[in-house]
Amino acid sequence: MNDTTHTRFQQRFTMSALACSREVRVLLQRMRKRLAELGVSDAVCASVELVLAEALNNITEHAYAGEAGGSLNICAEISPVALRFTLTDRGQILPGIRLPSGNLPSCDVPLLDLPEGGFGWFLIRGMTTSVTYEREDGENRLVLTLPNALGI
Amino acid sequence: MDLEVTTNETFDIVTVNAGRIDASVAIQFKDAMRAATENGSCHIILDLGQVNFVDSSGLGAIVAAMKQLGSDRKLDLAALRPDVAKVFHLTRMDTVFDIHPEIPRTDTRSAG
Repeated sequence: MNDTTHTRFQQRFTMSALACSREVRVLLQRMRKRLAELGVSDAVCASVELVLAEALNNITEHAYAGEAGGSLNICAEISPVALRFTLTDRGQILPGIRLPSGNLPSCDVPLLDLPEGGFGWFLIRGMTTSVTYEREDGENRLVLTLPNALGI
Repeated sequence: MDLEVTTNETFDIVTVNAGRIDASVAIQFKDAMRAATENGSCHIILDLGQVNFVDSSGLGAIVAAMKQLGSDRKLDLAALRPDVAKVFHLTRMDTVFDIHPEIPRTDTRSAG
């Protein structure tokens, strides 16, 4: 199906930013513009923007824990069937070197108990075909793959 | 965060004059909602017609805005763009809010 191991990625580019929410926003807008220029559909661009927003915000808020000056790097690879994004940072390791399960918080609860967070990994899991995480030489490497079903 | 309040007899409409409710403005949005809804109507409709991106932080801030109104007041959403509607649907938050396809018409009558 979406076995990207054998996918030939015709397009490849990198982008980087400082790890803060304002810089993440600018990076996401640049990424979306670039993907659209490469012919990626609007629907796929929207999914990419959401997945990358969640992943990058997690890095900013948790790996760097709001600490200023950290950097984020993304390598984007595009084929007609898949988009693969490799996100690297030098922040803290993910606890247990394990990706969060991404369960959806329950919304069938009284008003004041409604969740105000915890949706991020659920959205990432739901919109990607694969997610892998590695820690090597003080670097976190998160690889997110999304379908590019509509072609480029 | 630029929020505009329009009041009529039935409800207050809070219009978000911004394209994004994301991690970089989530706290400001929540604070601006508190200010915009203070001493206002019991029924508030949040007009998201200009918002084309909401991430999980933005979603959390909208939920927080509803919670800070308390149980005696109600927050509805209106005019969601497709990408924003999708986030509410995926997280099942569309079951928590009443969502109107567009801003409900009011009873205002034209002069003459």
